[in-house]
Amino acid sequence: MPDSNSSPEMPAPQGQRFEPRIVAFFCNWCTYLAADLAGTARLKYAPNTRVVRVMCSGRVDPQFVLDAFAHGADGVLLGGCHPGDCHYQEGNCKALRRYRLLRRTLQQMGIEEDRCRLEWVSAAEAERFRWVMNDMVERVRALGPLHLQPGEEVFDEEVAV
Amino acid sequence: MREKPKVAFYWCASCGGCEEAVVDLAEAVLDVLSAVDIVFWPVALDFKRQHIEAMAERSMLATFLNGAIRTTEQEEMAHLLRSRSKLLVALGSCSHLGGIPGLANLFDRESILQSVYRESPSTINDGGVFPSLRHKDNGHTVELPGFYQTVRSLNQVVDVDYYIPGCPPTPRIIRTALQTLLGEDLPRKGTVLAPDHALCDECPRKNTRPDNLSLAEFKRPHQLQIDEQKCLLAQGLLCMGPATRAGCEAPCVQGNMPCTGCCGPTSRVKDQGAKILSSLAVLVQGKEEDEIDRELDGIPDPVGTFYRYSVPSSLLRRRVQAKAAANPR
Repeated sequence: MPDSNSSPEMPAPQGQRFEPRIVAFFCNWCTYLAADLAGTARLKYAPNTRVVRVMCSGRVDPQFVLDAFAHGADGVLLGGCHPGDCHYQEGNCKALRRYRLLRRTLQQMGIEEDRCRLEWVSAAEAERFRWVMNDMVERVRALGPLHLQPGEEVFDEEVAV
Repeated sequence: MREKPKVAFYWCASCGGCEEAVVDLAEAVLDVLSAVDIVFWPVALDFKRQHIEAMAERSMLATFLNGAIRTTEQEEMAHLLRSRSKLLVALGSCSHLGGIPGLANLFDRESILQSVYRESPSTINDGGVFPSLRHKDNGHTVELPGFYQTVRSLNQVVDVDYYIPGCPPTPRIIRTALQTLLGEDLPRKGTVLAPDHALCDECPRKNTRPDNLSLAEFKRPHQLQIDEQKCLLAQGLLCMGPATRAGCEAPCVQGNMPCTGCCGPTSRVKDQGAKILSSLAVLVQGKEEDEIDRELDGIPDPVGTFYRYSVPSSLLRRRVQAKAAANPR
């Protein structure tokens, strides 16, 4: 998708197309470096993601994910080192366990599974990084905006028969 | 004689257990009565809404309100009592966090009413009666409270000064809270009147918890013979103790049942469910997705377990509604 856009700048919103807001938490040692590499290699990918760098994917408290959704994110992407490559031995393994349980919780709360995703991307995988970023945006775009209750108005709907 | 401070007790969406808890103060209730003048308590005394309406603003010392806010009437009463009281105290899990009634936020209003008035196997409703805001009978019209889409905790409706946690709060928590409120030095506004550390800290089984806890499966209480001495988490039971505020003295654990989290989170946690999810998930041993998923199958109802009392006050507050359901008609 962004590849079809010839401008190296952020692609302008095309017509009424929904532009998802994605919040990403990337680990300092792998996925964040992959983002750097993608940048130096001038790879183009969807600009919808705001990245927060954390020292390890194991640092991502499920509260961060929920807070991102509560503040208007349409999707949350977590990025860490491949299993066995964690800088802190098994932080990514803990992230995976939390993520598997968080997915079930989010599903019960009516949030589709594609909106929260955990991906392993090593520091060398710029191409994979680009694919993940684009794929995440496309999938969330297909789902549409997340209808979290916007404010108090939903409380004002009373019984009307 | 100096006039005694006036207080009110009121209930909204709750089971009545918190009213029971006040009575459970036993002899201490006499100390309460000698210290304050109860001017409104629909469960026990015959004062009416107009008595409160006739009062001057802030003329009562405190209102203790239990129950979540589900209907328009409850919201009105919360505003009325707020305006007449110097302090508004949320009593119990429902007004503090949303409580058990807050689990209804996993459904929408339409499906709740359909289920209760039409679909449930025990419903007999030949006339097809369905709640409405106005009802005409014999030439008289009555107005009934509206039923909101979403259950709210008290502080999502009015300004709340203090919180007394628990489902219901134990007599000790209530007694200590009353002493604090009648004393000279009031704590900072917004304080939860209970210790600000995790329940594990005061758990009688604290010392039996292994340092490196790791579990091959989670179990539910009926699936094992529970050891009466050993840490319940170490036995694979889903105990909310690590993410729950202390103060209750762990009566559930003493009764050999895991903590369900009724006292809510400590002040440093925003979302109790996410926090306990975080700490329990890492206890499983699996390293691969399939293995982890199998181990997590021992938690069949994550929201009902982690957010049993706190769906309305959680970060998401309710189940996300499809667009059509969010804007009926």
